[in-house]
Amino acid sequence: MADQWQPGITTSSLRYRSELLQKLRNFFYQRQVIEVDVPVLARSTVTDSNVESIKSEVSGGSGYLQTSPEYFMKRLLAAGCDDIFCLGKAFRDAESGRRHNPEFTILEWYRCGWNEHQLMDEVAELITQLTDLSAQEGLSVTKRSYGECFQSVLGVDPHSAELSSLRQLAVTVGSQSWAQESRANCLDLLFSLAVEPQLSDGLVFIYDYPACQAALAQTHLNTHNQLVSRRFEVFFNKMELANGYMELTDAEQQRQRFGKDCDQRRASNKPELAIDEKLMAALDHGLPPCAGVALGVDRLLMQLQGATSIDQVMAFSWPRC
Amino acid sequence: MANYSTNEFRSGLKLMLDGDPCSILENEFVKPGKGQAFSRVKLRNLKTGRVVEKTFKSGESLEGADVIDMDMQYLYEDGDFWYFMEPDTYEQHQATEQAVGEALKWLSEQDTCVVTLYNGAPLSVVPPNHVELEIVETDPGLRGDTAQGGSKPAKLITGAVVKVPLFLDQGDVVKVDTRTGEYQGRVKE
Repeated sequence: MADQWQPGITTSSLRYRSELLQKLRNFFYQRQVIEVDVPVLARSTVTDSNVESIKSEVSGGSGYLQTSPEYFMKRLLAAGCDDIFCLGKAFRDAESGRRHNPEFTILEWYRCGWNEHQLMDEVAELITQLTDLSAQEGLSVTKRSYGECFQSVLGVDPHSAELSSLRQLAVTVGSQSWAQESRANCLDLLFSLAVEPQLSDGLVFIYDYPACQAALAQTHLNTHNQLVSRRFEVFFNKMELANGYMELTDAEQQRQRFGKDCDQRRASNKPELAIDEKLMAALDHGLPPCAGVALGVDRLLMQLQGATSIDQVMAFSWPRC
Repeated sequence: MANYSTNEFRSGLKLMLDGDPCSILENEFVKPGKGQAFSRVKLRNLKTGRVVEKTFKSGESLEGADVIDMDMQYLYEDGDFWYFMEPDTYEQHQATEQAVGEALKWLSEQDTCVVTLYNGAPLSVVPPNHVELEIVETDPGLRGDTAQGGSKPAKLITGAVVKVPLFLDQGDVVKVDTRTGEYQGRVKE
């Protein structure tokens, strides 16, 4: 529409955004982490059934806009690059709303030889530095396990509860349509709707996610001897900001998980996608032990600036494009 | 009726939920980074007026509700029903006391109201935002007290009771905002 030629961001916020991008880069340059600008367009993409890639045509063949720089970065790590970061664009189809835009700015980095807790500390250092500069007072930083946090709000242990009782809870919180959902989907609904609003303000790290939500993270036994994934999420003022893993390096296990993704896609009538064999070859060659995290830069800006919509922190959000 | 998918949800859309017609007030797209997308929806049940919150999986669909809002003229009531007429077709509709609801205490014959039809029958009635009604009962007016700003209850010809300034008398006509039930002013003859 012609009346939407203007940007959603004010000129002062645009300047703030530019300064933030520079500060993010400085943080990593000072720590000798190398910036890599990997492709956003590739022949293959993620198989995750909850993430939709935007398909394109390149020289007569299929191409996909990347939903994160993860696979290319892992190929670089396997090729012998040490600590790396990427600050660039990522694309996810059918994601649009107050906190979502199909094209967004992502900051992703990997630390070789680190575990997920060391990486969480670094995320906290980064955000604390940024908030100091933006004159927000005393950013609180808390760290809680998924199990403890979930149980404190819903009174149920998410790792050991029967699927039927999770479904029952999900029906109460959501609607009848959750009566037959998978464990992972019920947990996601319950965490988003019931637990997230109860998180404290400031930075909250939630670690040891359920094993069924491991994605590309390793699994291990927690202090209660339950199998959980070494995945963490970062919430900033109750808003999901970043997602990190102690990266799975076992190629065989990873192939099995991708296979499950493909089965799920078929079951839910989503477009079938081939597994990224170049990534698999890199994993076969060997990914060094590392932890990695991806952070939504636009959401970070929303919280730093108190914006209520992602449209207020990016030059042109999708409705204006 | 057509079905509507969550990506078509927008405020004002009328849907069937658990057998009742509802109107969407708010719709928010929620998606955990690694999880399934869903729509968190606030809906008003058009029968009961109650607001409910439901969360649906993205891509799920609900049946549309055969609900339309129409300007109609209020004609009369016969003790059981209240009668409204479509101005273009002169077609008449009878509304139950439940459908007329709160509008009851503001309605005068000839008023133009918004009548919500569900499957062709009146479901609810919204009176005009402003109505002019005669006071039928109130304490005697205190002349010269116009500046004091006190108020007293006054019963209007339709049965509604509103707070009016002290100087008003039985027989005076007042203008009232039906959304708030507040006195707006005196209508000079």
